[in-house]
Amino acid sequence: MSTPSTPSTEVLLSVRDLRISFGAVEAVRGLSFDVHEGEVLAVVGESGAGKSLTARALLGMPPRGATVTGSVRLGADELVDAPRSVRSALWGRRVALVPQDALSALSPVHQVADQLAAAVRSVDRVSRKEARARAVAALEEVGIAADKARAYPHEFSGGMRQRAVIAMAMLHQPDLVIADEPTTAQDPETQKQVLDLLATRTGAAGASLVLVTHDLATVREHADRMVVMYAGRLVEAGPVGEVFARPRAPYTAGLLASVPEAHPVRSTGLRRLPAIAGAPPVPTDLPPGCAFAPRCPLTDATRCRTEQPEPETHDGRTVACHRWRELPDNPAELFLETV
Amino acid sequence: MSHVSDVNPLLDVRDLVVRHGTRTVVDHVSFDISPGETLGLIGPSGCGKSSTAMAVLQLRRPDSGEVWFDGQELTAMDERRLRPLRQTMQPVFQDPYGSLSPRHRIRDAIAEPLHVQGSWDRTTGPARVAELLERVGLDPTHGDRRPHELSGGQCQRAGIARALACEPKLLILDEPVSALDPSLRAGILNLLAELQERLGLGYLFICHDRALVRHFCDRVAEMRDGRLSSS
Repeated sequence: MSTPSTPSTEVLLSVRDLRISFGAVEAVRGLSFDVHEGEVLAVVGESGAGKSLTARALLGMPPRGATVTGSVRLGADELVDAPRSVRSALWGRRVALVPQDALSALSPVHQVADQLAAAVRSVDRVSRKEARARAVAALEEVGIAADKARAYPHEFSGGMRQRAVIAMAMLHQPDLVIADEPTTAQDPETQKQVLDLLATRTGAAGASLVLVTHDLATVREHADRMVVMYAGRLVEAGPVGEVFARPRAPYTAGLLASVPEAHPVRSTGLRRLPAIAGAPPVPTDLPPGCAFAPRCPLTDATRCRTEQPEPETHDGRTVACHRWRELPDNPAELFLETV
Repeated sequence: MSHVSDVNPLLDVRDLVVRHGTRTVVDHVSFDISPGETLGLIGPSGCGKSSTAMAVLQLRRPDSGEVWFDGQELTAMDERRLRPLRQTMQPVFQDPYGSLSPRHRIRDAIAEPLHVQGSWDRTTGPARVAELLERVGLDPTHGDRRPHELSGGQCQRAGIARALACEPKLLILDEPVSALDPSLRAGILNLLAELQERLGLGYLFICHDRALVRHFCDRVAEMRDGRLSSS
């Protein structure tokens, strides 16, 4: 866990009934959650769950062609439908992005330190020399020596590039950092280093971190709370330790059960893992009722198939499932039959 | 890795060396795999896992060492003699979309090895493809689609079906689930386990996820900077 102290209960960012659609296709379908001050919140989901779109909406940067409704409120500022001038005034200063692909986030034809210096000057009116000095200092803080500052992105390893974009995101001490799959395509050792750095840098600055990921190991290691998304909706949210110990939504339970580390080596003498049958639905062809119902071992023929479950909150845990109270103590067994 | 002398291993790799220019990426690596057995190969990016796989498959000829497969030594063979053996050791790659041609229907992609092998039969071929689709848990209708019309998991199943078309004895699985969504990984691993039990296949399973390798493999070999240590 990244922060030893419990996160404050002050809400920094509040998302209410967020919907993002492209024409008639709704990709994010009524999402509500809060990000508290100083916490690390993981947004978990598979490709197509809507987590990256959500991340962009939190930054006030929805993709072209997207219709966004609902509310994303950062302190006193409403980001949905705000004019670009209002949103862009927040970028880098109050919200910052650590993108998925650091190589395409950096310009290939400029020195890394110059790119950070430009980011300094985009917010603060300082001399080029001063900006360059601050850029080099920021790189040193993420473990990139001053003699590397003249390097171009292609001369950096993947891990160094990712550290450089973390340094860039932290330049102006933002309140909120959004990291969208910051470690995909890196090997586990580099992943760990990058995530540790991200957590310590945001922790030291007192910033909140929203970590968008599909990697459950990352969530357990680095996040305080988690939001689990499926087919554009929230299925479960709560403190990481509690959700891992006792998931309430069948989807979360299946996801956690299908990760091999949860089981001792071949304990049952079988190599079969608990597995969720089928595949996630595509946004253009969603089933009626609960989107997870066709894959869910707890599904009933009536309500789950017809009525979309709404999120309900009890003792700090949120779950959107008609039958969550019926989930057994060892939900992994529910998922053992499927091949 | 020790050799059990009284059982003939399916694959026996001895002192394998692969160099890229002056760099030795696979440094005197030896291991063996018996029929029905899974050897896990684990290590960080760039440690030589995939180079080892390419050298075993003779897709990249090793600089020295021996690769004994099914009782025959491969490194000294010319392409013509290798060809029939290649059918019996098949790779499955990480990126399910990248390993299937976007222009080919799944049905044709699965049939292609049979055409290459010269064993395509117009009367029995389609039934064989249907059987392969079913064996990997796909519907017959999936055969008419192209890769972009399938999910990542379905695509990986199609890749496995194609690898099975030539009735292989050994599969080289290079990160077969790393690119898949978490809810689909367990299903693919279960499928591979079932196929192994049913067909007695040997697996070389390359992966960087330690927990997953421990779960799935009979033995694990760890690679670092081109060298191997068994565990």
